[in-house]
Amino acid sequence: MKVPDVVGYAKTLPNVVYAENNLYTCSNDTQERIKEKIKEHQLNRVVVASCTPRTHEPLFRNTIREAGLNPYLFEMANIRDQCSWVHMHEFEKATIKSRDLVRMAVAKARLLEPLQRQSVPIVKSALVIGGGLSGMTSALEIANQGFDVYLVEREKEIGGNLRRIHYLLNGEKPQQELKTLITKVKENDRIHLFTEAKIETIEGSIGNFKTKIAINGDSREIEHGSVIVATGAKEYNPTEYLYGQHERVLTQLELEQRLAAGDGLLKSIGGNPRTVVMIQCVGSRDDERPYCSRLCCTHAVKNALKLKELSPTTNVYVLYRDIRTYGFKESYYTEARQKGVVFIRYDKDQKPGVSKNHDGLRVDVYDQTLGIPVEIATDLVVLSTGVVPHEDNKTIAQLLKVPINSEGFFLEAHMKLRPVDFATDGVFLAGLAHYPKTIEESIIQAQAASAKAATILSRESIELEGNISQVADENCDGCAYCVDPCPYKAITLLEYMREGAIKKTVEVNETVCKGCGCCQATCPKKGIFVRGFKLEQIGAQVDAALGVT
Amino acid sequence: MDEKFEPLIIGFCCNWCSYAGADLAGVSRIQYPTSLRIIRVMCSGMIHPNLVVDALTKGGDGVLICGCHPGDCHYQDGNLKAEKRAEAITLMLEDFGIEPERFRLEWVSAAEGARFAQVVKEFTEQIINLGANPNRSG
Ligand SMILES: Cc1cc2nc3c(=O)[nH]c(=O)nc-3n(C[C@H](O)[C@H](O)[C@H](O)COP(=O)(O)OP(=O)(O)OC[C@H]3O[C@@H](n4cnc5c(N)ncnc54)[C@H](O)[C@@H]3O)c2cc1C
Ligand code: FES
Repeated sequence: MKVPDVVGYAKTLPNVVYAENNLYTCSNDTQERIKEKIKEHQLNRVVVASCTPRTHEPLFRNTIREAGLNPYLFEMANIRDQCSWVHMHEFEKATIKSRDLVRMAVAKARLLEPLQRQSVPIVKSALVIGGGLSGMTSALEIANQGFDVYLVEREKEIGGNLRRIHYLLNGEKPQQELKTLITKVKENDRIHLFTEAKIETIEGSIGNFKTKIAINGDSREIEHGSVIVATGAKEYNPTEYLYGQHERVLTQLELEQRLAAGDGLLKSIGGNPRTVVMIQCVGSRDDERPYCSRLCCTHAVKNALKLKELSPTTNVYVLYRDIRTYGFKESYYTEARQKGVVFIRYDKDQKPGVSKNHDGLRVDVYDQTLGIPVEIATDLVVLSTGVVPHEDNKTIAQLLKVPINSEGFFLEAHMKLRPVDFATDGVFLAGLAHYPKTIEESIIQAQAASAKAATILSRESIELEGNISQVADENCDGCAYCVDPCPYKAITLLEYMREGAIKKTVEVNETVCKGCGCCQATCPKKGIFVRGFKLEQIGAQVDAALGVT
Repeated sequence: MDEKFEPLIIGFCCNWCSYAGADLAGVSRIQYPTSLRIIRVMCSGMIHPNLVVDALTKGGDGVLICGCHPGDCHYQDGNLKAEKRAEAITLMLEDFGIEPERFRLEWVSAAEGARFAQVVKEFTEQIINLGANPNRSG
């Protein structure tokens, strides 16, 4: 586009005192220049036409603040990402569009008002929901930084899934570590542990949450500045492959329990099994749960190796669809093959069949490599069941106003850029609640989440958003249409005496409002608006775009 | 039909998904018609029906509201509120004698640059078929 043309045009717009063209408007030099020009021409609004405000608005706001202007007296025209880059072959039209975009930005800038960000003190404690490995790790990390932690677990005991994991691929025995961890949590003065407890309500926002917990019929209210969600997940409870109907059909966790007990592999079958068949992807990667549960391949390899270690003559078959022992665990898969574990691939549309066979079981599977059906007589069938999210994640998600994905796991703010954050400030995520992950991944994520929580707790106060709702008392007649649509319950109806009569109006809780503007769009009387996005301000942009100003 | 008819469309894009999707179209250099003038809002749920109706009575050829996909709204469900209001907007437009096809609500995520461009393209074609807004002066 013809940038000089756009600059020339900008100079003709009402209220524009000064306009110039820069090669790199975001460079340091230009920031200094902007400050100089503000002083030289006593500017009281600044418009930058360049890239996108999503990345660069904070920079320019800061610049004008340094020049003594309120940072909210700034507006951007997005003439790069939303104009020159998407109309690369339409020079003339892109130039016209840029003029329009600048005119719209100037129209809005004219109506901008200085805004103040309120600051509120931070409650220096955290709430951790879920007392599994992730929750306990988070709680300890935060407590060790000197902050109080409320650790809420709904079961009688803390420990979660880890209580059922008895050995790891590298030979470690996590139960001892778990005991130590539980003791540390229980003995830490800063950790306030509530078991058999249920979160009832959560109100407030970053820095100032209020949560009601029900414990044994009692109700307690706690205040905290941040939240970590570590509610974990559970093993899928199978209905297929005779599970629950035949005592020799187990899940991997059940097999692990028995292998760890050590007294002959299985008393019920009178000693070591001759043959064990494992079936992968049970309750995973199907139509109902299309995701991969990630852990089951490694879990199967782990238990297969354990079987071979305890009873080298036992035949172990693993029926799989795709196998991946991710991370640095590929070598264990190789080791399993070397030790004689047989891996047979089956297809989603041709699942294995399990049937009764005298005392034992019979497994039928179509071997894709050999191209023939295979029949295996076996003592045990072990199901590698998927990991499924808790149903009441939905409740927690609603209470905290954070999203869960279509599968029911919690969804972070950005998969790559913000791995432990929720889009809701002050709320973080760790462990299986996020998606199936190993012990070491859970620990790392819990440490990251607690570090993020601590960065909030270590501050004295927090600045709230400037672009939030404000009531126009003169217009508001207290109809309360805006009260219900508010997703944050930030609006309350109130009555007061004015000139001897009762006046109804609404009130905005500024520490809770996020500025979504549902109230403004619902109000029939312009009785409430979002600062910086008033109907008049948006309307001025519309008018400018249409050239009807 | 006038061959040279260049529609002028007002686009309201929410900051968190669709505006980001529009930026991504740019970063990916995906080309689309020059008809759209985007106004950044924080959420599709903040757009008062009057803004849409005004834009069309004042001569805009089309209005496009873009928000996050259901479930993805940064403010939980502002987009669903926008969806409900869209029905009301359609009725209001009929009252004003404006073709409801001049107004459209679409979901575009921050990752859907190509989809954003496609939406603009399709909607622009739809508006070209409808022709210029008779309310447009000059
Ligand atoms: C079947 C299976 C096999 C696995 N195998 C392995 C393996 O071989 N190797 C490995 O490294 N990892 C394995 N893992 C993963 C490992 O167990 C976890 O990474 C680790 O235990 C961390 O779990 P967590 O604390 O995030 O969740 P969990 O252990 O699920 O703990 C969550 C806790 O939160 C509580 N809770 C849930 N909802 C609420 C609520 N609303 N309010 C209060 N409390 C709540 C639960 O009662 C539970 O105590 C396996 C996991 C499963 C499910
Ligand atoms: S933030 Fe995108 S629709 Fe609400």
